[in-house]
Amino acid sequence: MAGWTGLEPAASGVTGRRYNQLNYHPIRQRKFIHDPVHTVNTPPEIEMRSAGRNRRAKPCVQSGQTGVFRTASGKGPDMSNLMTGANILVECLLREGVDCLFGYPGGVTLPFYDVLYDAKVKHYLVRHEENACFAAQGYARSSGRVGVCCATSGPGATNLVTGLVDALLDSIPIVAITGQVSTKLIGSDAFQEADTFGITRACTKHNFLVKSAADLPPAIHEAFYIAASGRPGPVLVDIPKDVFMGTAHYEPVGTIHLPGYKFSPEGHAGQIRRAAEMMWEAQRPIVYAGGGVISAGASGLLRGLVEAIDAPAVCTLMGLGALPSGHPNFISMPGMHGSYAANMAMTHTDLIIALGVRFDDRVTGRLDAFAPHARVIHVDIDPVEIGKNRAADLPIVGNLGPVLEKMNTVLAELAPSRKARRAADRLEWKEKIASWAAEHPLEPAVSDAEIKPQHLVREIDRLSGGDAIVCSDVGQHQMWGAQFLRFNRPRLWLSSGGLGSMGFGLPSAVGAQIANPGSLVFALVGDGGFQMSIPELATVANNRLPIKIVVMNNGYLGMVRQWQELFYNNRLSAVALDGFPDASMLAGAYGFPGRTVEDPGEIGQALDDAVRHPGPYLLNVKVSPFECVYPMVPAGAAIDEMVLGPLKAAGV
Amino acid sequence: MLQTISMLVENKPGALMRITGVLSARGWNIDSLTVARTLDAAQSRMTIVVDIDPVLRRQVIKQMNKLINVLQASDLTESLAVRREMALVRVRATEENRAGILRDAEIYGARVVDATADGFGLECTGPVEKVEEFIDAMKIFGDIDVTRSGIVAVSMESRKLRLAPPVHAGANGASERPNC
Repeated sequence: MAGWTGLEPAASGVTGRRYNQLNYHPIRQRKFIHDPVHTVNTPPEIEMRSAGRNRRAKPCVQSGQTGVFRTASGKGPDMSNLMTGANILVECLLREGVDCLFGYPGGVTLPFYDVLYDAKVKHYLVRHEENACFAAQGYARSSGRVGVCCATSGPGATNLVTGLVDALLDSIPIVAITGQVSTKLIGSDAFQEADTFGITRACTKHNFLVKSAADLPPAIHEAFYIAASGRPGPVLVDIPKDVFMGTAHYEPVGTIHLPGYKFSPEGHAGQIRRAAEMMWEAQRPIVYAGGGVISAGASGLLRGLVEAIDAPAVCTLMGLGALPSGHPNFISMPGMHGSYAANMAMTHTDLIIALGVRFDDRVTGRLDAFAPHARVIHVDIDPVEIGKNRAADLPIVGNLGPVLEKMNTVLAELAPSRKARRAADRLEWKEKIASWAAEHPLEPAVSDAEIKPQHLVREIDRLSGGDAIVCSDVGQHQMWGAQFLRFNRPRLWLSSGGLGSMGFGLPSAVGAQIANPGSLVFALVGDGGFQMSIPELATVANNRLPIKIVVMNNGYLGMVRQWQELFYNNRLSAVALDGFPDASMLAGAYGFPGRTVEDPGEIGQALDDAVRHPGPYLLNVKVSPFECVYPMVPAGAAIDEMVLGPLKAAGV
Repeated sequence: MLQTISMLVENKPGALMRITGVLSARGWNIDSLTVARTLDAAQSRMTIVVDIDPVLRRQVIKQMNKLINVLQASDLTESLAVRREMALVRVRATEENRAGILRDAEIYGARVVDATADGFGLECTGPVEKVEEFIDAMKIFGDIDVTRSGIVAVSMESRKLRLAPPVHAGANGASERPNC
C-alpha cells in the first residue's frame, strides 16, 4: 500500500485536488452573467488561505497567457481565486497551451461558450460534431499536439463517437469536452441527456465525468496527459452544466498522479542489444514501420536505423512519411493494396523489424501464411500490441524514440565486427527486391480518353513534390494516394487508417490547415466521402482556409463497387452515387471557386489553377468509373497471393 | 476452463465498467465477480472468474493492466492462491427434517445464521467444490434459496506492485510527454 497512497499533499507537493476539496466553498448558486472576470468576494478565512496559495502559484498567474484567471491585483485584497467551472476549464486549456478548439455549442455548454466569447482560445465552429472531432484529429495528426473538440450533451456527444473511435484506432491524441445535463438530472432522461460517460467508455483511451468544479483542474490536466503520453489516444471529459456554473477555488495543478497509468518508455537494454545482434545476423531483414514511429517523433532515428543496416523498409498506411518516399531503401506500403515488391519481401524475409505497428489484418493478409520464415523483433510502447496478432521472437516495450536511439548506438558498436559477415546475402536480398519491383512496378495508368484516377493522384503529387499535406477519405482514392503520393516528411499524409471513416478527409484538412496556416493542404476525397462532409464547406469558407479540395469522382462507392465486381459477380448493389452536385455551383454557393474536369488534357492545368488560387478551391475530377485498385490481396488470402491486374486474376 | 483474475483497482466510478467492458467487448460471460475495498479505502480488490480462451489469457491481462484505473491485474489460475466462496442458503425445515439439516450442515462446516420455525439460514464457506456439494446436500431437504458470493481469491505469492510516479502537469506537449 505504500507507493502512491503514501504521498500526502504536503510531502509530495501535490496540492491541486486535495487543496480544492478542502477549501471548496459552497457558494455555488451565484450567477455571474454580467461579470466577465467571474471573481467574487469570499469570506475572510478562505481569502487569507487563498492569498497564500496565490503567492506560491505565481509563475502561472503571471505567465501572461492566462485569459481569464485574474487574482486580487487591481481589485483590492478581498478578492480571491473563486472561479466558475467554465472559467476554470478555459484556464486549464490555456495552461495546456491550447490555442484553438473545434466545436459546436448547445444548451448545457452555454456557460462554457460564454467564457470562450472573450477568451484567448480560438473556437472554430464546425457544422457537425463528428467533423469537430475529425478536425481536431487533423490538427493533432499534422502538428503532433493534442487536438481539442467540444460538443454539447446528448446528440452532440453521440455525434463525436465516430471521431473518437477513429482516434482510438489510429492512436491520435484528442481531448473531447462534452457538456452534460446538471448532476441532479443525470439519469432522469432529461432533455438532451445521454450516458456519454458510458457510451464513450469503449471509444476512448480514458474518460472522465466531472462532478464538481473543484474536480475540473485535475481532470483536464490528466486528460491531456493521458491523451498525449504513452500510446496516444482520445480522452473525453464530460462536464455537467452545474459544474460549468458552479464555483471553486482555482489552484493551478502542479502534479498529476495516475498510479495505474504505467508505461515504460526506455526499453530493455539487454533486449535492444539482442535485437541489434539479430539485425546483423539476418540474411534478409526488412523494416516494417508504422504510425508509432510518427507519433514518437522517431522518423529521423528510423532513417538512421534503416541506413545503418541498409535494410529495405516498408511503411504502413499510418506510417507513410516516417521514411521519405524517395529514400532508396523504401519499397512502398505493404498489405492488401501494397506493391508486389513489398508483399513479396514481407513474405520472404527472415527478420521483420516491426516498429510501432500492430500487424493489422490489412497488412498481414491470412495470418498463418504471413512471413512464414521470419523471426520478429517487435517494438511498441503498448505491451498489448506485442504478440497480439503475430508472436514476437524479441519483444521490446518502449517508446520508439529512446529505443531506436539506443538501438542505433548498439548497431554502430557492433558494426565493425558484424557488418561484413552477411554482406553477400544482403546484397543478394536487395537485388531480389529490386527485381520484384521491376517485375511488377506500381505504375499509374494513364489514358487519353478519360482521366485515370492514378493519373489524378500523380498530378497532385507533381504539385505537392512530397511536401504538401494530403488528407484523404477512405476507399480507392485513399489506396491510390498511398501508392503514388510521395511524402518527404511525417505528418503529411492524414488518413483514417484503422477505423476507415468516410467523411474524414475534408474536416481533417480543416484542422490541418489551421495547424499549418502556411502549408499547401489537399483534401483528396472520393465522391462518397465528400458528400458525407459537404457541410464543412461552410467552415472552409467562413475561415477562408485555402484548402484544395480534390474530389476523385467516379460516380460510385469505388471500393465497395470493386469488391462487388471481383467477389459478388459484379452485382452493383447500392453503390452508384448519382446526383453529384455541380462543383462550380456548389463551391460558388459557399463563395469560392469550383470546377469540374473531365478531359485528361486539362487536369494538370486545372490543378495548377486550383493551387495558384489564394483561397479554397473545389475541383471535381470525373475519373474512369470502373478502375480497380491493384495489386490486391483478396480478403483471407496470403499477401503473396496478389491479384495484380484486371485480367490476370491468378496467384503468384 | 475458468480463469481467476485478481485485480487491484482504484476505487473510482466507472472502474468496474471499464474492466467488464474488456470482457464484454469479446462477448465473454463473467462467471462471478466480487469487489470490495482493501485496507486502503481508495483501492478495491476485484476477483473475476471468467471463461477465457487460453490463447487470449495473457492478452486480456495485459488489456486489464492497460486500464488507467487498474493498478495491477494478475492471473491466479495457475499460481499459488487461495480461492474461497461463500453461500447463504435458506432451507425450509419441517418438524421431521430439522435435525437432518443441522447434521448435514455440521458435516460441511456450515453455520446457522438464522433460525425460525419455518427453517434455517445457513452460511457455508470454503472451496467452490465444497460449497457446491453443500448446496446439493441441502437440495435433498426440499426447496432452497441460494445466494453465492462468487470466488474471492488471494495470491500466496508476493507480487511487487509497480505504480507510476507523479508527473508534472505541464503544457500540452511538454518534455515529459515522450510521445508528443
